[in-house]
Amino acid sequence: MSVVPVRAANPTIPRRRPSGWARFMERESTLAYLFMVPGGLVLLLFMAYPFLLGIYYSLTDKTVGFADFEFIWFQNYRFLLEDTIFLRTVQNTFVYGLVTVPFKLLLGLGMALALNQTFRFSRFLRAGLLLPWIVPTAISSLAFLMLFDSVSSPITWLLRDWGLIGAADRINFLGSRANAMASICLANVWRGIPFFAVSILAGLQAVSPDLHEAAALDGASPFQRFLSVTLPTIRNIVLISTLFSLIWTFSDFQLIYVLTKGGPASSTHIFGTYAYETMGFSDVGQAAAIALSLFPVLAVVGILLLRYIRAED
Amino acid sequence: MVGSNSFGNRIFRLYLPLAFYAVFLLFPFAWMLIVSLKPDRLLLDTNANPFFLIGATIEHYRYLFTETEFLRWTLNTFVVTVGATVLSLLCSVLIGYALGRFRFPGGNLWGVVIFLAYLVPPTLLFIPLAQVVSRFGLYNQYWALIFTYPTFLIPFASWLLMGYFRTIPVELEQAALVDGATRFQAMWRIVMPLALPGVLSAGIFCFTLGWNEFLYALVLMGSGEMKTVPVGVVSDLIRSDVYQWGSLMAAGILGSVPVAIAYSFFVDNYISGLTAGATKG
Repeated sequence: MSVVPVRAANPTIPRRRPSGWARFMERESTLAYLFMVPGGLVLLLFMAYPFLLGIYYSLTDKTVGFADFEFIWFQNYRFLLEDTIFLRTVQNTFVYGLVTVPFKLLLGLGMALALNQTFRFSRFLRAGLLLPWIVPTAISSLAFLMLFDSVSSPITWLLRDWGLIGAADRINFLGSRANAMASICLANVWRGIPFFAVSILAGLQAVSPDLHEAAALDGASPFQRFLSVTLPTIRNIVLISTLFSLIWTFSDFQLIYVLTKGGPASSTHIFGTYAYETMGFSDVGQAAAIALSLFPVLAVVGILLLRYIRAED
Repeated sequence: MVGSNSFGNRIFRLYLPLAFYAVFLLFPFAWMLIVSLKPDRLLLDTNANPFFLIGATIEHYRYLFTETEFLRWTLNTFVVTVGATVLSLLCSVLIGYALGRFRFPGGNLWGVVIFLAYLVPPTLLFIPLAQVVSRFGLYNQYWALIFTYPTFLIPFASWLLMGYFRTIPVELEQAALVDGATRFQAMWRIVMPLALPGVLSAGIFCFTLGWNEFLYALVLMGSGEMKTVPVGVVSDLIRSDVYQWGSLMAAGILGSVPVAIAYSFFVDNYISGLTAGATKG
């Protein structure tokens, strides 16, 4: 805004087009790019640069603490193809995402339909039920760590009390791969339901009550009305939320880090925890390769997401 | 349609589902609260009914404040979260404004770029980012997180604000321009006040996302007394196989309070923000 005095003081700029610089500054494209500089700089330095650096590292044998490292092409990736822990990691990641997302979607849909009705304290309940999504996952995972503890679990106590298991029996919720995966999935579903519920609830506001009434007059049952009136309206929101949730679940870290750290015996790793563990062994190149192996999966989901988002616009 | 609003019908379509969700979703919090107030003597007794709370004590909370670095972690988290939120909001308001209101070549493309940046998870970046941060000399300093949290906060907040700025009629701004206001005056005096609810939503979002972040905090600021609350609780309070459940759950309750408060004040902004982010641009 200090443009005006500068121009007044400078006699070489003809008075007839006083706004050369000012006009340039007022042009929308100039301003737009100017506005994007601060944020762009942060993203460039702390996102684009590390991303490219990560690709580069994944092609080297870089380790922590040693300045020297060599370019080894795809050796890190080739190693992964024969690494049984990595293959199990890929399997776990897909199980984790493909098992939990449908449950989150269905239970979230149910919650949205329940909350969409009018009842007392609805605002209060709506806010309260969002808590699993708001609270730090590392912290809520601690609650699950205790719920799944082989000694202190209240679930075990309940089952004993009801006589479903023997008085001295223990359940090793996190002690075997199958049990641990199931426990992790349950905790993930718990955390993810509110996201689906709130997104779908917003979509339900757009469902036309007139159309519902018309369908009802034509003799459609509630379920038929749900299929032919409600579902088409919320279809895009459901798709978009599902894809978002897939991305977040595939790239999860903290829930598994807190509950199992990838154990027992490295059997419940997903990409994030396995890459973290590998970096702990100071093998930066290998760890970068593990993390980046997730990229193709995310890219596919991301492209799908972009298509639906644009359709929504 | 007969009786579709009758009480019997409502039980199955409303009360039972709501009861199920309330119990399932809120039980872990109730459990944390019970355990955090329970004397150790009862926590160790595996035969006692674990759901009852007899002789409640604040011993675990006292332990947290006097014997651990919990207060320091809270301060760290607060500094980092507020810093990252302010930086992200500044950048995002500008980006959101540029992409939401200016027509310029490449505008749509940049919108797509921002959206794709939002999809890049920390999991993908944390390894090289650790190297970058230490190369810049920021390792284990507040700046390490103040600069890296915006990598996921800016894309989200920009996307949200871009949508918000689009809903404000261009005519208002044009009228101001016709009346002789400069572009900056029109932005600052006319558009920004109207965009304030959107900025508020974005701010709450940045705050909760920053407060909850775990991976970057673990990798970039996880040593000594520089830990954030989630990292400190997970890495320092879990020391051996004998869990101090009482103080762990007390830390869980206290660590959730700031976001729960931030969010309860602005729950409507939060919900509209969440859905704006999830469903449209």
